[in-house]
Amino acid sequence: MFEKAIVGGRRYWLWILALFVVMAAGGGAYWRQLQSGLGITGLSRDVTWGLYIAQFTFLVGVAASAVMVVLPYYLHDYKAFGRITILGEFLAMAAVTMCMLFILVDLGQPMRILNVLLHPAPASMMFWDLIALAGYLLLNAVIALVTLTAERQGEPPPRWIRPVILISIPWAISIHTVTAFLYNGLPGRSFWLTAILAPRFLASAFAAGPALLILLCLVMRKVTRFDAGREPIRKLTLIVTYAMIVNLFFVAMEVFTVFYSRIPEHIEHFQYLFAGLNGRASLVPWMWASAAMGIVSVVLLLIGRTRRKESTLGLICVLVFLSIWIDKGVGLIVGGFVPSPLGAVTEYAPTFPEIAIVLGIWAFGFLMVTVFYKITLSVRGELGV
Amino acid sequence: MTIDRKEFLRMTGLSLAALAAGRARAAGRESARDAVAARRWAMVVDSRKCLKKAGCDLCIRACNRSHNVPVIADRRHEIKWIWKEPFQEAFAPAAGGFANSQYQDRPFIVFCNHCDRPPCVRVCPTQATWKREDGIVMMDWHRCIGCRYCMAACPYGSRSFNWEDPRPYIRDLTTEFPTRSRGVVEKCTFCAERLAVGKAPACVEACEPGALVFGDLEDAASELRKVLSTNFTLRRKAELGTVPEVYYIV
Repeated sequence: MFEKAIVGGRRYWLWILALFVVMAAGGGAYWRQLQSGLGITGLSRDVTWGLYIAQFTFLVGVAASAVMVVLPYYLHDYKAFGRITILGEFLAMAAVTMCMLFILVDLGQPMRILNVLLHPAPASMMFWDLIALAGYLLLNAVIALVTLTAERQGEPPPRWIRPVILISIPWAISIHTVTAFLYNGLPGRSFWLTAILAPRFLASAFAAGPALLILLCLVMRKVTRFDAGREPIRKLTLIVTYAMIVNLFFVAMEVFTVFYSRIPEHIEHFQYLFAGLNGRASLVPWMWASAAMGIVSVVLLLIGRTRRKESTLGLICVLVFLSIWIDKGVGLIVGGFVPSPLGAVTEYAPTFPEIAIVLGIWAFGFLMVTVFYKITLSVRGELGV
Repeated sequence: MTIDRKEFLRMTGLSLAALAAGRARAAGRESARDAVAARRWAMVVDSRKCLKKAGCDLCIRACNRSHNVPVIADRRHEIKWIWKEPFQEAFAPAAGGFANSQYQDRPFIVFCNHCDRPPCVRVCPTQATWKREDGIVMMDWHRCIGCRYCMAACPYGSRSFNWEDPRPYIRDLTTEFPTRSRGVVEKCTFCAERLAVGKAPACVEACEPGALVFGDLEDAASELRKVLSTNFTLRRKAELGTVPEVYYIV
């Protein structure tokens, strides 16, 4: 099957080449980081996690969101998702792989990563997160490979795969829950010390992930013969609509609790993000952009005409994706560190090498998605290029 | 080099004996002859005495010197084991706006609280930081993978990460204590290495006004307990349930 990934037209190879160029730049920047340490990033004693860990958090959501196609298709026998379920699973595999890479590049001593297995610490949420992620990667790899092979041979998938698929459903929920637990069990970090963090993570994930899947389907319709069909796209849009509304609702719950209780340590993080603190406000435009895009996207999703029209649907999905990317990929992590437990307002901005490494990993993720989708479409004979 | 059978047996016997002796020693509380031991190490900081000498930083200098703590000018990359914080930061959010100015202006010496329920230990994915039986929260700089989860977990900002190679920033290098490599977290260890040879922590020894009292919390006859029972003391963010074991007289 994998040989299908190494035959392709000029456009395919140009795209692959572009990805490799970005990956090479990221690799070069990582080499520099290995030589001189994490000091080449914008991180500091006060803001110890930044863009890397934020990308990791966001992408765990994308990975978990595969459950939004897997569950209707396998549990409720919703046939319309038959053509895109495997695309969701492959997207999850790429996202989990990116998550692991983002954790790796964030480590000060990456060559010691196996210490996590050599000296397991069951009390640590990071230990469980690694187990959850690795397990989820394995589950999706097995499911996608087995079902695609069956499809290629024109047979139904073997019966034993069904329990594996059923396990993958709660497992998907678990990866994002444990990721939220990484943050919301820390006594001194008031911004994360909220029980709604895991539900909020899941809601935003189930909006951003399917939005990305819709975008990928729309792109594939343009560049290949693959057509996801009207019905699945509409259903996915419905999922995005509900998830995005629930997400905004959860954010509103958080805002009420924080601002009505008026506990300074809880308010200060929101002040820093949305208004600035001690005259420092570099994230303010980002956060308002995220809020505006989130609200506009919900309005457009609620209007039937804009939701159904493909051109506006594409725009809506971009808005949803960007809104949540900023919320989780910028605000959530950095906002938790500012102010520091000692009241210091230290700002964080990623450096060029840091951004290059991030883009390199994203390019690697896109490469995985491209190759997986290419194989899938080749098997189905729907490539058309 | 060749070894005959007799020599081999003799060496084996010696090794076994050495091993047994090692075990026996490890089984006892004290690993070195002069070591000082406690059931629960703790510290009192009498901030009133800190005022006796204006701008006093003897404890900080002694600590930095004896642990090869680098002095890095870039605030973002600082390594701090023991340092000064203003009252309102050290005791946020307990500090009020109109408290007696003598508290507000006084610098408070802060360092690792060696908590009884340390969140840093709970979150460490490799057990590179752990709590000893005598309460000291220790670090293994060879096991640490540099994930900085402990720094996110510590509500006191007591931990530092080596964002770059610290060695060029060490002012007077001592060979008595290891230097660290980049990419690992470090913090105060209550001078476990000095306790092991019967010495008080470097900061306590260096403090001329006697503002730092170090001792066994479980020993009712200790100087520490005497100071605790006769003074009102505060602990930083005690409401978080971390059970910090550094007490402040304000």
